[in-house]
Amino acid sequence: MSTGTPLAEAPGLAAPAGQPALVREPGSLASFWRRLRARPSAVLGLAIVVLLVGVAAFADIVAPYDPTATDWGAVRAAPSLAHPFGGDEVGRDVLSRIIHGARASLGAGLVSVGLAVALGLPIGLLAGYAGGWIDALIMRLTDALLAIPFLILAIALAAFLGPSLTNAMLAIGLSATSTFVRLTRAQVRAVAAEEFVEAARSVGNPPWRIALVHILPNIVPAILVQATLTIAAAIIAEASLSFLGLGQQPPEPSWGAMLTVAKNFMDQAPWMAIWPGLSIFLAVLAFNLLGDGLRDALDPRQRT
Amino acid sequence: MSADMSTDIAEAPGAPLLDVRDLRVVFDAEGGAVHAVNGVSYTLREGETLGIVGESGSGKSVHVLAMLGLIPRPPGRIAGGQVLFEGEDLLALPERRLRRIRGGRIGFVFQDPMSSLNPGMTVAQQIVEPLRIHLGLSARAARARARELLDLVRIPNAAARLDQYPHEFSGGQRQRVMIAIGLACRPKLLIADEATTALDVTVQAEIVALVQELKRELGMAIIWITHDLGVVAGISDTVQVMYAGRILERGPVDAIFADPRNAYTLGLLRSLPDLGRGRAGRQRLHQIEGSPPDMRHPPPGDPFAPRNAYATPRCRAEMPPLAQAPGAAPGHLVAAWYDLPALIAGERPGAREGLRPC
Amino acid sequence: MLMSTAPAPAAPILSVRNLSKHYPLRAWWGGKASVFRAVEDVSFEIRPGETLGLVGESGSGKSTIGRAVTMLNPPTSGTVAFEGTDLAGLGAREMRRMRARIQTVFQDPYAALNPRMSAGDYVAEVFRLHRPAMGRGERRAAVAGLFERVGLDPRFMGRYPHQFSGGQRQRICIARAIALKPSFIVADEPIAALDVSIQAQVVNLLQDLQEELGLSYLFISHDLRMVRYLCHRVAVLWRGRIVELADSDQLYEDPRHPYTRRLLSAVPLPDPVAERARLAVAGAESFGEGRPGDLVAVAPGHWVADG
Repeated sequence: MSTGTPLAEAPGLAAPAGQPALVREPGSLASFWRRLRARPSAVLGLAIVVLLVGVAAFADIVAPYDPTATDWGAVRAAPSLAHPFGGDEVGRDVLSRIIHGARASLGAGLVSVGLAVALGLPIGLLAGYAGGWIDALIMRLTDALLAIPFLILAIALAAFLGPSLTNAMLAIGLSATSTFVRLTRAQVRAVAAEEFVEAARSVGNPPWRIALVHILPNIVPAILVQATLTIAAAIIAEASLSFLGLGQQPPEPSWGAMLTVAKNFMDQAPWMAIWPGLSIFLAVLAFNLLGDGLRDALDPRQRT
Repeated sequence: MSADMSTDIAEAPGAPLLDVRDLRVVFDAEGGAVHAVNGVSYTLREGETLGIVGESGSGKSVHVLAMLGLIPRPPGRIAGGQVLFEGEDLLALPERRLRRIRGGRIGFVFQDPMSSLNPGMTVAQQIVEPLRIHLGLSARAARARARELLDLVRIPNAAARLDQYPHEFSGGQRQRVMIAIGLACRPKLLIADEATTALDVTVQAEIVALVQELKRELGMAIIWITHDLGVVAGISDTVQVMYAGRILERGPVDAIFADPRNAYTLGLLRSLPDLGRGRAGRQRLHQIEGSPPDMRHPPPGDPFAPRNAYATPRCRAEMPPLAQAPGAAPGHLVAAWYDLPALIAGERPGAREGLRPC
Repeated sequence: MLMSTAPAPAAPILSVRNLSKHYPLRAWWGGKASVFRAVEDVSFEIRPGETLGLVGESGSGKSTIGRAVTMLNPPTSGTVAFEGTDLAGLGAREMRRMRARIQTVFQDPYAALNPRMSAGDYVAEVFRLHRPAMGRGERRAAVAGLFERVGLDPRFMGRYPHQFSGGQRQRICIARAIALKPSFIVADEPIAALDVSIQAQVVNLLQDLQEELGLSYLFISHDLRMVRYLCHRVAVLWRGRIVELADSDQLYEDPRHPYTRRLLSAVPLPDPVAERARLAVAGAESFGEGRPGDLVAVAPGHWVADG
């Protein structure tokens, strides 16, 4: 293969395995998949996330019953073939409510974190790259917000906005924003100190282009990892808000709201609490496993 | 040869101190195993200074770290071989016993003195630690010895400086402290891994001179690992050239520089510009084409063959054994299927003289 | 003996006058305690097609000068006239435009490449910035031509930095640096991070490009051997000041400043006999540790700091 000229010289250790001289390499996405696949816990997390999202998306098809339909014959019924997860206090099918409740929980996780990233990333980018008094101002504000525990802030905001699932998502998203501002800023500052940023300046890149073309793509992995982990936290937050009556409103199901009711029937119908509790646990675990796996797989130090 | 004993200790009847036999080290990385060390064998005698030259990926540092249990495992693993140090196989020793040897009978000096010294501990604490662990000295005796050691490495006003922190020392002084720690337990072997690479050239000169003096005073054996041919020329008895996890050439220092038998050694020597030659009439620098091999897929045969203009078809198919070079000084070993002196002689008259740059 | 191979004196392409770079040192209460003089009152010129070597040890200010003349880290005072324009007086927008004519090759080709940008995009970026009218296909062809010029297979344009070896990465950086046919390149320790067997490749490439494109280089290095080989003239820096500046042959054959002598005598020689002899007589030549004085001409074109 070598022609003896530098043209065909073999790249060193970092070269992909068994590489033919391609026009375009599979790029870093393929190697990222390979690294993620090598971590069983991350694959498990991803599988559960995909399963939950699938169940939530096709809830109408998957769920055996209407989640709000009551059946007086199934009031607090123990799990059976007809109602595998049992029935609740007004005879609704717990399995169907869990399935439909996944929409509220996952939706709250994804929407609120999406909101937090959409707000936090540009603000953090501005603070990190502009520096000076802009940075100082933004940082003091986020410090103030971060001083209040996440859940307390979300509860306060949700109470202020009024009880509804949308407001709960908004409250959770706003509460999580400062985390992303901080993270983005720290990442921007770290990347901005790298020599390739100076190299970008040296060829005449204007500041906006350095921020968007050179810095942003390099901080996406860290943001992605944090987002995954924050989704887990947001799911708990949504459950907590719904448990307190500040989230999903009855009769629409949500795992947190289901727990609220179930706490009154712990002796007679423990399945009412066990299934939503397990679902929250599973979803949070899955996102945490996935987040940890992403962190490892996206770590640039794993590359060479 | 007897005229200059100091240059030829490899031939002197020192007892074998370290005997490395067919050492192999593999790193299990994603996308395939990296064959970092591929059958390295050599003997180091008591009091001998061995200069190991190679570039990154040559296995020069990894094989030494591996034999002392200092590579992370996993992903690293020792795939074979023996390392006999004073008759004991280091590779078979339990970690506890190995720890007693590291920093005890074998001392270390690493490349970056700042990251090897603990910034939160005074210099005294860091020198005293191995003395108490390995020699079981009392606190008072260890401190006295620490002071002697700082004197030994020529740090002025040692008593006052013992209680200072690493950041209060200059780069060169920090490397002196590292050498003091390396020598603390009177090792039989001192291993210096790129010990002067991070230092300025004037400081490097001072450290090299210091090591030379210490060697004369203490008589320990030294393994000096570097990529700098100039540094090994001055302090080595024996030079060993490594590439792609193998020894390509090994022999008495004068023989290696005056009569290189491997094309890689020759290429390295020729690619160095001459400090004493002006710009007028100068030639284009000799360059070795290509890059070092991907150690996940080392080329079959001689690893340098793909970059070697003198390579024969056999080089590309079969790894030559490391054996006595015909007609060379005794103990001058080379791994090559080609006869380099004959090839150079055929090139152009006077080419050999070019090897002696000064 | 004084026959110089440097080009005949022409109008300098770069003229640096009284350049200083100071950093305020803050006292523990936050006030300004004093200033650290990283570079103090440095003047030199670089002629078209010439390589000026800047040598010195860590902390001597050589990289600071490189970053000051390119305005990546503008000087505290002094002028940097490039092709007659004072760069320090330019606005941000004009300076960005000027960067098409002045390029930098950085020390660490691992750090200087954006890990998430393909090699081809990295080189093409300078065309996007400075030749916005250039079409996609034209840009691609230009990058492919540059890849070939620096000895890289154009088929590797789509690859990412981690798929290249150190020497190949430095070639990518060089391809980008010459893309706009600049007249002046600052090469800041361009071979220091490369393997020994790769250094000669890169130095030869820099030299070929100089002849082909008529480039001027400011070659910053601590490798005194390579500086002698590559540079027409050499400036020796010590503690932020130039202590000696001369034609390369003159400086190496007849070093006048004690620091230059100390530096040159510390270079290890790849010859056991000579190197052992050098070590045997090694003993640092002592010289005043005070501030070096002003440059005085001791021979035509040979300047040495007095005191």
